[in-house]
This record gives sequence, structure tokens and C-alpha cells, in this order.
Amino acid sequence: MNEKGANDQTFRFRNPSQVENILSQYPDRRSALLPLLHMATAEAGYITQPIINAVARIVEAHPSEIMETVSFYSMLHTAPKGEFILQICQTLPCSIRGADNLVDHLCERLSIQPGETTKDGKFTVMKVECLGACDIAPLVQVNNDHHEKMTVEKLDKLLKSLS
Amino acid sequence: MTGHSDPARFEPVLTRDVHLQDSHTLRTYVKGGGYASLNKILKGGGPDDVTQEIKASNLRGRGGAGFPTGKKWEFVPKDSPKPKYLICNADESEPGTFKDRLIMNKAPHRMLEGMIIASYAIDCHKAFIYIRGEFYKEYKILEGAVGEAYEANLLGENISGSDYHLDVVIHRGAGAYICGEETGLLESLEGKRGWPRIRPPFPAVAGYLACPTVVQNVETLACLPDIIDRGSGWFKSIGPEQGPGPKLFCLSGSVNNPGVYEAPMGVPLSELIYDFGGGIDGGKALKAVLPGGVSSAVLTAEGIEGLNMDFESLAARHTILGSAGIIVMDESVNMVNACLNLARFFAQESCGQCTPCREGTVWLVQILTRLFRGNAQRKDIDLILDVTENIGGLSDLSQGSYGKTLCPFGEAVAWPVRSFVEKFQDEFAATF
Ligand SMILES: Cc1cc2nc3c(=O)[nH]c(=O)nc-3n(C[C@H](O)[C@H](O)[C@H](O)COP(=O)(O)O)c2cc1C
Ligand code: SF4
Ligand code: FES
Repeated sequence: MNEKGANDQTFRFRNPSQVENILSQYPDRRSALLPLLHMATAEAGYITQPIINAVARIVEAHPSEIMETVSFYSMLHTAPKGEFILQICQTLPCSIRGADNLVDHLCERLSIQPGETTKDGKFTVMKVECLGACDIAPLVQVNNDHHEKMTVEKLDKLLKSLS
Repeated sequence: MTGHSDPARFEPVLTRDVHLQDSHTLRTYVKGGGYASLNKILKGGGPDDVTQEIKASNLRGRGGAGFPTGKKWEFVPKDSPKPKYLICNADESEPGTFKDRLIMNKAPHRMLEGMIIASYAIDCHKAFIYIRGEFYKEYKILEGAVGEAYEANLLGENISGSDYHLDVVIHRGAGAYICGEETGLLESLEGKRGWPRIRPPFPAVAGYLACPTVVQNVETLACLPDIIDRGSGWFKSIGPEQGPGPKLFCLSGSVNNPGVYEAPMGVPLSELIYDFGGGIDGGKALKAVLPGGVSSAVLTAEGIEGLNMDFESLAARHTILGSAGIIVMDESVNMVNACLNLARFFAQESCGQCTPCREGTVWLVQILTRLFRGNAQRKDIDLILDVTENIGGLSDLSQGSYGKTLCPFGEAVAWPVRSFVEKFQDEFAATF
């Protein structure tokens, strides 16, 4: 395992008993991977190489196997994200109800591309697929909260309330 | 009985408590008769009786494939020395679908009681809820419900004084549509990327950690308490006998009142759109409907006339009930753009394991983009049909083979895309 250079800090979970608690719920160690990665994200904001190394030791797998899993999932990030993650749903039911110009509008307002974060670290804009709330389409999710029936005007108001 | 419904006589089953303020709490659920079915089976004739009752009810899975639930349980080997697992599939990611979310939010104990009943029937002592990672609020509600159930001795050791024990673990996904597919889900639960597995073996024989595993949709599980309570005959009397029961339908797109509506299986689609959904947005004309999420073949306005929403009626029109995510499109929706939207979704969510699916979905996006921008040619239409044939052709479900791909995602791409091109040919041809 390469622990030199930029990755020489080690990562330790704040609460080791919580790690044990997660492991005790599964018949094997590897199954605890996603819960451990969720917990690491909650603690550190995103998945760093030291986290990957630490988690690999816990679940007894090679760090490259952990990375392979991490890279598969859209909610696991390996780079820092903004304080507010603005997820704009792109899928058909939202599109039918007017989602198509929301991303462009938002990116223009914030001067970034989809997937990027504003320089002040405040906002990240992400195009996402159906979030399972098409009854209140078009949907914008900010961190864990749904904002329903979005329009360009409502989006501007929302941005203001977050700034 | 035919699929004809009488809304005046149908009383909601799955959603009967959801208007109550505390419908998610144990207290309210028990007050409405909740967990009586669990206690009934614990005192009853044993796991096989439960399986037979569910089998007799003709309950078919609500997750998309419509497989008979009791029959699936019978595939679990009884003599296996390995532990058996039940997994509640709460990954709900099919675009246009948001019914399981309603159950998790408003009736988590109904789902949980269903889980315990199913676990008891297959001799399982550890069950998982695989919940879509983005559903954080629902995760918290389920966590509360599971906690309440442990405290009331409805989970854990010696449930309600019996010798049956069961633990339930809530496991959060992390954002990947394919993890709703049951073998992709199993890989994901094992801490890997969600790459679907080659079948056979089927999960009921070798699933989670190669142990017998039953994967069941949230809504399917939520049907179980009432079947035990009122009997399979009652269930079978609701809608068509070969696939009966109360059913949740999701309405989205160009309708005045999008939402989740409970109706008997076999309810006419027009009744859902015009009565429950309040008709087409802005009084526009209806153009097209996807009846079962984006993985179903599209229907034209004429194509939905006289159509009942049940497995067989939809199959007769060459489409599927799927997840019952009904996406309504009015006359102003551009069909090329809608088809491009679907193709983009599929290209985004293909797990990348099979070449026809990984590359074909990207080609579809490129060709449809050309069409949408008006710089395509007639031969591009044939190219689309070719590509869909390449991804989803040659299915032989009896051999467990899904076209040229490992999992049914391939067909879920091919059918809708092909149906748009075939049914709205003029609109596609008008772009060049
Ligand atoms: C691409 C794909 C995605 C799926 N997504 C889901 C899903 O989100 N939820 C679900 O319950 N079933 C989903 N399924 C169906 C499952 O594979 C499986 O059939 C189902 O969970 C079985 O439960 P049931 O018999 O109760 O329906 C999906 C299938 C495919 C092919
Ligand atoms: S059909 Fe597509 S989604 Fe399914 S396993 Fe193959 S590549 Fe993955
Ligand atoms: S399509 Fe946007 S939430 Fe479903």
C-alpha cells in the first residue's frame, strides 16, 4: 500500500465503536463497505485516499477494490463538493414539466458547468436522473431537501435564500 | 372477474391510513389492526401454510417483472444448511415511479410486517432493506420504525413470545439505477459495484453471499399482511384473477394532478388519467403514455382506448405494467426529444458490463441527437432499429437469457426506444 507523499495522513473514524457496530450487522466484512463509506463521507465530506486505505484495512480488501466500488456510485465523491449540492433532475417526467432550461439557467447564474463547484465553495450543480419524486416535478434537490415544481423564478429565489 | 373496477366499492388497502398524521408510527398502525397478521401466523400452522396462502392469492411481484410471489418462495431449498436471506428492494429508481417511497414515508410498518411474514415463510433470520441512497428522509423514518418494532418485540429474539427470531438491517445504496435489478442489488449489498450476475443460479438458490435469497419489492411485501388477515380468496377477488389485488399507480407528466393512486388491479387507464389525475394539463390533447416507467413500450392516445391496467391486458398491447409508473405526454411533447431523453437516461445508467448495452446506448444518444437537431438522414431510423435489435433482440426468457445482454436492462432499452420510432414514425421522419 502506498502511503507516501500526498496521502501520508492516515484516516481514523471518529467513533470506532460505530464501526464495530456496523460490522456486527453483516455476516461478512466486505458487506459493510457502503455503510462505512457513507459514514466517512459524513465525517470528511468526500472520499480521500487515506479513507480508502483505512476502509480497505477494515473490510480486508485491497484499496484498488475499494476504489473500484467507489467509482461506480454517483453519491460517492472523490473530490470536495460545495456547501449546497444542487441536483437538477433531467429525466422525462421532469423534462415534460419544464426542467430542460433549469440547468442552463443555474449554470449561467453561477458561471459554472454542470458538475462543477463555485469558487467560493458554496454551490455545486449536478444534473441527475429521476429522484423518485416526479409527482412534484420539475424537481430540484438541495442536499437532502426536495424543492418542488421548480421554475426559473423559483430557482432565483432559492439561490438568494441560500446565499 | 374482469378487470372492471368500481371505485365506489373499492376500499384502499395499502394506503388506507396514509391520511392520518402519525400513520408512520407503530401506535397508529397497531390501532388500525397492524401486526395482527404476524401474531396470527406465529400461532398458526407454520411457514408452509403461509407460503401456500400467498401462493393461492396469486400475488405477483410489484417491482416490475410480475413474478408470482408464493412460487418464488417455493424455489428456496428447504434442506440447505446455509442461512437464508430476505431482501426488501427499496431502491425505487425507475423514472416515473414513486409508490414505494409513499409506503416508506407513510406506512413503513405495513412493509415491515410484510417483511417479517415473508422471512418467517422462507425460514430467514436476517433480512435487509436495500434503500435507495438518495431517500434520506425515508431512511430515517424506516430507522424509527425498525427501532419501534424491536422495542415492541416484533423483531429480535422470540418475537411476540414465539420461538421465531429475526433481525432487520437497513442498508443504504449509493446512487446507481442498476442496483434495483436484483442481482445488481446483491453485488452492491456485498460491497461491490452493482454488476448484474449471470443466471442461473437464481437468487432463491444462490443469492447474497451465495446463500438462498428472496428479493421482494416494497409494495409486494406491503400486500402480505392483508392477505394473511383476510385470506387469499379476498385478494383474488380484486381485479383479474391471474394477477389480482390492490395496486398503486404513479401518475406523472402532463396530468393536472400527478400523484400515487390506489385502485384495483385492472382499473382502466383512462379512469386513472381523467378521474384520478384530473385530465390533461391545460386541457391539451393526449398524445402518448408510457404505462410502466421508461422501460415499457409507449402507447399512443388511440392505443390506450379500452385498456385496463393489469399484467395481461398490457402484454396484449405489447407493453408491460412494469413499475406502474404512468408517464403521460400531451400534444406539445416532442417525441424525438422524449425518446432522446430516455436514451440519455439508459446511456447514463448502463452498468457497462455488456458491450451491446454499453456502446449501443451511447450510439442511440448520438443518433437521436442528430435527429433532434435536424441533421439526420432516413437511414438513421434504420440504424436505431438495428441498434435496438443488437441490444435487446433474441430474448429467450425460458432460458434466462435476456437478448444479447446479461440482464433485462438491455430489453428495457430496446423496447421503449423502438416503440417511439415505430409508433411516431411521421414525427421522426419530419426531422429530415
Ligand atoms: C434494470 C432493472 C431495474 C430494476 N429496479 C427495481 C427497483 O428499483 N425496485 C424493485 O423493486 N425492483 C426492481 N427491478 C426488479 C427486480 O429485479 C426484481 O424483479 C424485484 O425486486 C423482485 O421483487 P417482486 O417480485 O416483489 O417484484 C428492476 C429490474 C431491472 C431489470
Ligand atoms: S444489460 Fe446493460 S445494465 Fe444489464 S448487465 Fe449488461 S451492461 Fe449492465
Ligand atoms: S423525473 Fe424528475 S423526479 Fe422523477
